[in-house]
Amino acid sequence: MQERIRSRAIALLESGACDRVLGWKAGEFFYDVTPAVFTTPEQVGKEFVWGPFCGANLSKYLIQESRKGGKVAAFLKPCDSYSFVQLLKEHRIWRENTYIVGVPCQGMCDIDAIRGQGFKGILSVTEEGEDLEVDTLYGCRAMPRREALAERCLCCKSRKIVLCDERLGPDGEENPNVRFEEVKRLEAMTPQQRYDFWRGELSRCIRCNACRNVCPACSCEKCVFDNPSSGAENKAAADSFEENLFHIIRAFHVAGRCTDCGECSRVCPQHIPLHLLNRKLIQDMNTLYGTYQAGADLDTRPPLVSYTPEDPEPSVVGTIGGRA
Amino acid sequence: MQVKSEWTPTIVAFCCNWCSYAGADLSGTNRLQYPANVKIIRIPCSCRLNPMFVLRAFQRGADGVILCGCHPGDCHYTTGNYYARRRMTLLFSLLDYLGIERERTRVEWVSAAEGAKFAATMNDFVQTVTQLGENRRLEDLRCKSE
Amino acid sequence: MQRIGVFVCWCGSNIAATVDVERVAQTLAMEPGVVFSTDYQYMCSQAGQELIQNAIREQRLTGVVICSCSPRMHEATFRKTVEKAGLNPYLLEIANIREQCSWIHKDREAATQKAIILGRAAIAKVQLNTPLTAGQSPVTKRALVIGGGIAGIQTALDIADAGFPVDIVEKKPTIGGKMTQLDKTFPTLDCAACILTPKMVDAAQNENIEILSYAQVEKVQGFVGSFTVTIRKKARYVDETKCTGCGLCTEKCPQKKVPNEFNLGLDTRRAIYIPFAQAVPKVATIDPDYCSMLKSGKCGVCSRVCTAGAINYQQQDTLLQREYGAIVVATGFNPISLEKFDEFAYSQSLDVVSSLEFERLMNAAGPTGGTLLRPSDGTHPHTLVFVQCVGSRCDGGEKGKPYCSKICCMYTAKHAMLCREKYPDTEVYVFYIDVRTPGKNFDEFYRRAVEEYGVHYIKGMVGKVTPQDGKLKVQASDLLGGQQLHIDADMVVLAAAIEPDESARSLATMLTASMDTNDFFTEAHPKLRPVESPTAGIFLSGACQGPKDIPETVAQAGAAAAKVIGLLSRSHLTCNPCVARSDEAMCNGCSACEKVCPYGAITYVDKDFRGPNRTTLRRRVAQVNPAVCQGCGACTVACPSGAMDLQGFSNAQILAEVDAICK
Repeated sequence: MQERIRSRAIALLESGACDRVLGWKAGEFFYDVTPAVFTTPEQVGKEFVWGPFCGANLSKYLIQESRKGGKVAAFLKPCDSYSFVQLLKEHRIWRENTYIVGVPCQGMCDIDAIRGQGFKGILSVTEEGEDLEVDTLYGCRAMPRREALAERCLCCKSRKIVLCDERLGPDGEENPNVRFEEVKRLEAMTPQQRYDFWRGELSRCIRCNACRNVCPACSCEKCVFDNPSSGAENKAAADSFEENLFHIIRAFHVAGRCTDCGECSRVCPQHIPLHLLNRKLIQDMNTLYGTYQAGADLDTRPPLVSYTPEDPEPSVVGTIGGRA
Repeated sequence: MQVKSEWTPTIVAFCCNWCSYAGADLSGTNRLQYPANVKIIRIPCSCRLNPMFVLRAFQRGADGVILCGCHPGDCHYTTGNYYARRRMTLLFSLLDYLGIERERTRVEWVSAAEGAKFAATMNDFVQTVTQLGENRRLEDLRCKSE
Repeated sequence: MQRIGVFVCWCGSNIAATVDVERVAQTLAMEPGVVFSTDYQYMCSQAGQELIQNAIREQRLTGVVICSCSPRMHEATFRKTVEKAGLNPYLLEIANIREQCSWIHKDREAATQKAIILGRAAIAKVQLNTPLTAGQSPVTKRALVIGGGIAGIQTALDIADAGFPVDIVEKKPTIGGKMTQLDKTFPTLDCAACILTPKMVDAAQNENIEILSYAQVEKVQGFVGSFTVTIRKKARYVDETKCTGCGLCTEKCPQKKVPNEFNLGLDTRRAIYIPFAQAVPKVATIDPDYCSMLKSGKCGVCSRVCTAGAINYQQQDTLLQREYGAIVVATGFNPISLEKFDEFAYSQSLDVVSSLEFERLMNAAGPTGGTLLRPSDGTHPHTLVFVQCVGSRCDGGEKGKPYCSKICCMYTAKHAMLCREKYPDTEVYVFYIDVRTPGKNFDEFYRRAVEEYGVHYIKGMVGKVTPQDGKLKVQASDLLGGQQLHIDADMVVLAAAIEPDESARSLATMLTASMDTNDFFTEAHPKLRPVESPTAGIFLSGACQGPKDIPETVAQAGAAAAKVIGLLSRSHLTCNPCVARSDEAMCNGCSACEKVCPYGAITYVDKDFRGPNRTTLRRRVAQVNPAVCQGCGACTVACPSGAMDLQGFSNAQILAEVDAICK
């Protein structure tokens, strides 16, 4: 697949159809593949990477790239395509300056999941059909690819590419309802247990803003937390509440816009399961206001800018979800 | 600040200008009593209530936050309270999910004619929050020093 | 540096009896920014207001906090007070220590403490107040009335009489609306045409009124005082300025088999037609669906017989763009389709008719010349059954409407009475759920039908109507008599529910006016502002707002006209300055705010901004029209970046109040 993508990218550049290509390149380690913009066929041929660690969502980069003049070709996974459509819906990306190539995805791997299988001193990981070939300091061994998948890919909502100009393979299935188990587990706890769980998680937050910076929905020109006139500006986790406030408001600001790509949790250096906040809101909105998937189309009104006179009252809280 | 002999909760009530603030005025005109720890902030419409305001109130030491607006269908701006209802439902649900007692937050629809309902709502809410005790899960320790 | 003045009112003993006003004033004097603090018996009195004004001048105050009664009581008073002393009226905040403090607490200490906290919150807020100036917007002195029925005509006449130009847009070839089709009107039984057609002529002759018939509103832009409306004038293939309305073409046209909508398809007309004799404007119109010249290029008879040379087969639709200060919606109603009501055999038998069809059958200008004849065989009917509430007061069904159509009880009584009067040999039955006659002389009218004219009123619903051997077998229940009835009727008349015109929904979208679930336009306040839409500058006249009879419609039409005249008489409009404002530097252009705005006050523009390294970045940003925004603040919460803020109730101001209260 990497060769197919590379040759397609080179063809797009050489024909003049596109001026730049948005894709991935290797980072410091083989498993931290990062987004990159390529301008020459040579670069693409040498550096463009497609593999089990291309988890990074590229859509957010198109906000800037689509405004730079000329046309940018982007290789988007199903997840990325949802974010892309959501950003189009919010008028953030200039569609006419983009050319989207849909890339089918079998789920991305998590290096920690591989380490969890007992591998030490990992040098490289290559795909071999349904397996991963893991080369370590102590020799080479294979493991099933499925066992190395990231959590978000194990309960992937959809392997469909929502919008593209061409695709490099067929769409996968949609499975929107398998991802709420962890949310339901938390809902079933007592308030004290939930409080302790989240205190334990959120108190580790170091306010590095990685979650915010990677999130395609968190793409405000200026974040309220950076804006002195918003009255909510704060910089560091100075006390036990600040990170609560930050993450609650962040979850609320992306509610109805979050496509559940899971990038926030992937990039968190403290491994806080931030996606569980977003999933809770997604689950609630689905239950209370009808199923809605952000980024699934360009027209449906998101639940928070819409209403029906028959909506349930706020007293419904606590009676929905995993509890009776 | 004086040392309080007996702890009483701090309650912030956000009231829309057209229905609930007028309802609160009416409960005053009719001399209907409710505890003095309820402090009202006037907003033009229930849809003006930003979740940030609710969290900030808790952060700065409120023990309960209540939003009062026109009854659904009667909004002065026709649709404001419908949006407020969705926003607050989701916010309260998220707070509940984080383990914050859901009794500390409430939405109540009070019309300009419902002075008695306003007083009764406040009495009930103060009682509920008093029973819960001091808000420790969402407070900012800096603001509780004295 | 802020210089805040605090004024604590005793309100006689209303506040002072429970709140230690002196202590409140002294404590608040120590708040940061406060340079003056005092208490006084009656702040709203002349002397109290002078006290405030003197303090503003002498202390060079930059903000004023008044601890007194509810702002709903005296905010306007005190704003004027401070303005007269040279301070911007929006640099004032009121702490409500009467209704929300002294009146509801008995404990003096608790009330005093609370008053201090409320005062602190007001001080914290006023520190962040900014001077606001109410904007002004001009008023275009011309009104648009959409719909040319009795509602629209009356509104237009009243506005025109006050000296303002007004346009009527009517989608049919003639104005007049439903009332032109009626025979007699309840409860006086005067003939509809006799009272309506003079008004139509008045409208046509009034120099302030322009009638745009056979036309539709296509697009509405702008806001109260300055709407820009695009109107499509459909091609009628006849030059209105040349046609004399002689009607020769309508006699000679060879295409005779066009269903005549004016008579609800009970007879036919030609492909070129004038809807009825008193039509205004009285000009012919070619029906493009039936004219063989327009369809196949063969014929041209009308063009040959027209001595005025008015026929123009090449005519095209034209688009007009006009400016208006106010818009009146008068789109009226239609009876619902009876296709779904199979139990009454409406689609099976020609002798089952709707009330409006019956109206035409009784009308001297109708298809039968006013003689009541069965549509199926042209014979005289002897037994007639009227069924009320057909599609009205239906719960939750897809077939009907949940509401009462209001006019059916009365027109059914009228039909029954006229029938008995003209044809004493008829037996007339009326089946009803309730008879509702709450109007002047209405109940007397209904009782006359029963007592003087011997109409059989039976409480109960008709279950089934079966056409059989030229008769209509009516099966019904008599609830009061507790029996099943079988009547062999010659005709059945169905009082169909009425619904808003089908154009209403799309029009409401264009106007950003709100509607209820039944597509009736919503009034700004159901009791106090019944002829205004919540959208400023849009007014409601007639049945588009809800079912109405003629006198009610005319009354509402006049009321709407009065509101329009009031608006157009002003040289300019003063806007509420507490409106939303978008900070373009932070706006994402995501359209969330626009979606929750009930007034359509938010628009977007692409703007160039300076980027780093001398680049320019083009961004889509929101702009709020302050003349349209009503200041609810829905947009401020929908906006994730906080670019949208509400003047007078800004995020920072409310947070400052929260902080002051929770401290």
